Amino acid sequence: MKNISAPFNKNELRDLKAGDFVLLNGRILTGRDAAHKRIVEGISNGKLPFKLENEIIFYVGPCFKDGKITACGPTTAMRMDAYAPSLFDKGVIAAIGKGERGQNVYDSIVKNGCVYFVAIGGAGATYGKAVQSFEVVAYEDLGTEAVYAFDVKDFPVIVAIDSQGNSIFKN
Amino acid sequence: MSKIYFEDVVKSVENLVHACSSLTPSCERAISDACKNEVNQNAKFALETIISNNNLAKAEDLPICQDTGMAVFFVEYGQEVNFVGGDFEDALNEGVRRGYKKYGYRASVLDPLTRVNTKDNTPSVVHTRIVKGDSIKISFMAKGFGSENMSKLYMLTPSQGINGVKAAIIDAVKSAGSNPCPPIVVGVGIGGTAEKAMELAKQELLRPVGFPSNDLELANLEKELLVDINALNIGAQGFGGNNTALAVHIGKYPTHISALPVAVNIQCHAVRVAECKVEGRQ
Repeated sequence: MKNISAPFNKNELRDLKAGDFVLLNGRILTGRDAAHKRIVEGISNGKLPFKLENEIIFYVGPCFKDGKITACGPTTAMRMDAYAPSLFDKGVIAAIGKGERGQNVYDSIVKNGCVYFVAIGGAGATYGKAVQSFEVVAYEDLGTEAVYAFDVKDFPVIVAIDSQGNSIFKN
Repeated sequence: MSKIYFEDVVKSVENLVHACSSLTPSCERAISDACKNEVNQNAKFALETIISNNNLAKAEDLPICQDTGMAVFFVEYGQEVNFVGGDFEDALNEGVRRGYKKYGYRASVLDPLTRVNTKDNTPSVVHTRIVKGDSIKISFMAKGFGSENMSKLYMLTPSQGINGVKAAIIDAVKSAGSNPCPPIVVGVGIGGTAEKAMELAKQELLRPVGFPSNDLELANLEKELLVDINALNIGAQGFGGNNTALAVHIGKYPTHISALPVAVNIQCHAVRVAECKVEGRQ
């Protein structure tokens, strides 16, 4: 089990190999379908309300109760394939989701030296426990689909696609 | 005539939606069995995580998955029931509204084109049959869309026969791959019209996981397909291994002389269904 803590950078991600178990610590951003659409629009019109450099994006739409996150497992990453290369080009260093990615994402990961992590889909309550605190970063009107910053402690992920393009999905 | 009141249905539904905070007992057993026989280490880790997550959710009353689904109802409405106090579907939706808010479940429902969220997870999808009797049976399913997005409809021709049916089901599972959160339950509807086949496929997902069809021929087909699907090596979460599916549930309905519809509706490993019977007051 490897431990990676914020501030995150690409150099330590380069040592990771597909299949490695990793614990993440520190601030990560969230974003799923609706946020990605706006992020890509923001990239193209120069009006992105936050920075993407050295960020890890977790594909999730959490459940909240009494101001706390109760469940936040990964959503299907494939739906973000249309947007992900633009985010990697703009400085995002890793994504967390579930399931296989398209060839365009593999290519972008290798080109940019990024990593795609997976978490276990359907284990939302477990991942909720790893979130210490959170705040809205952008697009609050999207509710669960807004971009949040999560402060995570020992957030468990598996390297699904490493920076060389090796994948646990291609045995 | 018996009377059933709006508020009785609302309260029943409010309780039913709490299904989102635990796996059904049959699902729990199926996953536990899968975990015991899993040989792929990553897949075994995934299954162990799913089991411990369910235990955590039950112990602390948390949603097992953040995708608490779109609420789908299958209703058997007794024709002797006099429904009092409002519109029946409004009562179902009010129950969803209150239950999802009470338990902190996610509001995932929005306009398909404007993408503006209704913020209370309504409306639900309701399938109603009018049946004999003076009570209302309500079956609830919280249907996540990682799996729902993998649904397929094959309008086969009669010449394709049973081999075409099997090939279609395998094709649906293969093309879904790692996306629907395997190990999955494969709901299949054979026959009817296009929409009848899809409805049947979904309805089959209400059956306790792994309980065979009452129809012997279908039960054998379910068994055979489960073996074939688990040989695909997609595995839990797409990590490989011998547990791509927990069960195959097949239903059939008469169809037209020109047709052989096959619908596949996939359920992720987080089976969250519940049912209740609302009795009338005299």
